[in-house]
Amino acid sequence: MRYLIIGNSAAAIGAVEGIREIDKVGSICLISDEMYHTYSRPLISYYLQGKTDKDKMKYRDSDFYEKNSCQPMLGDTAVKIDHKKGNVILESKNKVAYDKLLIATGSRAFIPPIDGLKNVKKKFTFMKFDDVLALEKELTQDSRVLIMGAGLIGLKCAEGIYGRVKSIDVVDLAPRILSSILDDEGAQIIKNRICDKINFKLGAKVDKFNHNLAYLSDGTIQEFDILIIAVGVRPNIEIFANCGGVVDKGIVTNEKQETSITNIYAAGDVCESYDSSCDSRRILAILPNAYAQGRVAGINMAGGSISNKDSLPINALGLFGTHMVTAGSYAGDSFADTKHGYKRLFIKDGILRGYIIIDHIDKAGIYTALIRDKAPLSSDDFNLIRVSPSLAAFSDAYRLRILSGSDNNI
Amino acid sequence: MKRVYVNEQWCLGCRLCEYHCAFANSKESDMVKALKDKKIHPNIRVESKGNINFAVSCRHCEDPLCVRGCITGALQRVNGLITVDKDRCVHCYTCIVCCPYGAISPSEDGAIQKCELCIKNNNGIPACVKGCINQAIVYEER
Ligand SMILES: Cc1cc2nc3c(=O)[nH]c(=O)nc-3n(C[C@H](O)[C@H](O)[C@H](O)COP(=O)(O)OP(=O)(O)OC[C@H]3O[C@@H](n4cnc5c(N)ncnc54)[C@H](O)[C@@H]3O)c2cc1C
Ligand code: SF4
Ligand code: SF4
Repeated sequence: MRYLIIGNSAAAIGAVEGIREIDKVGSICLISDEMYHTYSRPLISYYLQGKTDKDKMKYRDSDFYEKNSCQPMLGDTAVKIDHKKGNVILESKNKVAYDKLLIATGSRAFIPPIDGLKNVKKKFTFMKFDDVLALEKELTQDSRVLIMGAGLIGLKCAEGIYGRVKSIDVVDLAPRILSSILDDEGAQIIKNRICDKINFKLGAKVDKFNHNLAYLSDGTIQEFDILIIAVGVRPNIEIFANCGGVVDKGIVTNEKQETSITNIYAAGDVCESYDSSCDSRRILAILPNAYAQGRVAGINMAGGSISNKDSLPINALGLFGTHMVTAGSYAGDSFADTKHGYKRLFIKDGILRGYIIIDHIDKAGIYTALIRDKAPLSSDDFNLIRVSPSLAAFSDAYRLRILSGSDNNI
Repeated sequence: MKRVYVNEQWCLGCRLCEYHCAFANSKESDMVKALKDKKIHPNIRVESKGNINFAVSCRHCEDPLCVRGCITGALQRVNGLITVDKDRCVHCYTCIVCCPYGAISPSEDGAIQKCELCIKNNNGIPACVKGCINQAIVYEER
């Protein structure tokens, strides 16, 4: 069996490990346009902070490819899939044949169409190791940096460059920071803690650029030396869409990560997931999800049978020393606890659907499990775990199985 | 594989296991010095429901959601043991959000800590089990 994977990041690595759970001998080839040994994408901001280095950024050990007998083809781009003949054509004109193909091409930064953007000299996105190396070359103690986007990527970038530049301004159309994971109250708490380091311009957008001037919708003009664009990501679906595959918000797959085309699978940021906390399909651009989908794809590609029924949005984020974790969707009634940092739990139809926690994140995974399992919570159980999550919220049978039983994977 | 299993009917809720765990991982040779007047951060934690007590520590899952979710590769499964390379941990706490049993926590230095069955501190058998006076936790194959 010849396995071909386009991508070399979380989803791709999940697939290699999934394939090798089943098939120890088939050939595995990974193609990536990035030149590097598989690395952890979130670590690019830690790299700027000096908290990691090129070696420690590796997502898997240095001997990963050898140990899993796979062949990485780095620095080449897959440009076309010929699914009738079962091969992929690369930019280098090489052709690679496959029996099973995985598309794990992830996502790229969205570049909004803004007047004058092309005349901005020093502009960067913040997705890849090469982005960071290029950005680092331009950073000086005198740099005034403007970041478009107060989401996770924009703020992690801000943290990464803090202390290495003169000033950081962050502008976002949303009225609050981290708007996709925090509610108003949570966002305000985080903002209050970091607003001495970052100047925020919220509820405003850049209307146009004139070289190093940004004209904002609130009428102000912002001067900057370096621009960072972090307003969202778009899935790299083109190679699949161009060969006739079904695509919606991302590549559409079934529970086995199979796409509409026989022998082609997709996993990670490039495809849609079924979010069980709100019963809908959407893109969940988070690393644990990419790995999990990749592994499921790999197992199925190798002839195993496994379903990825429920992906959940989960986020764990540290920002200037504050830790926050969130999961699920924010539907139904909510219960806030502000005595211990900030916590808000969301309950609908007697089931925990989501949470936002700042500071006291201990055992938050128990809440995640309650959401994933759609465990019915009596009001007694809920009161038990409202302040502090505990296995007490589960049934006696479940607890016994986990703590005393033979079944270590419920 | 041998794991720490709970006989909850025998558990008194005395938390001795927590103290033995904290001591075993303290790098001190004197228990009093290691624990006196200190807030302990054990890898096993006693919880209760009504008058039932049970000690919760890592299950060393066959299908470890923490390892799957770890964004750096710091968590690994090595011969069944779920182990952390603290050097590669960046304190993001994604694994804490992933572990369904609350078995991972931030340590004082920021990296995560979890039960590693006393493999790294050369205790032989887990110190919590050795220290439990009632065999409410045992180390065995099941
Ligand atoms: C700064 C930053 C911080 C983040 N922090 C977190 C976090 O804390 N927690 C979290 O869960 N997630 C985080 N994420 C998101 C996480 O990194 C992604 O969800 C994850 O990397 C997705 O993995 P993937 O394998 O699907 O795709 P990607 O990591 O995007 O990898 C896809 C790879 O395929 C390559 N590729 C694409 N097209 C082709 C082609 N045609 N030919 C060859 N190669 C191609 C790409 O260059 C890339 O190397 C962060 C992301 C960023 C940018
Ligand atoms: S830390 Fe949690 S998820 Fe990881 S192996 Fe232990 S019990 Fe399982
Ligand atoms: S806190 Fe450390 S071990 Fe846990 S997911 Fe993050 S890097 Fe991995």
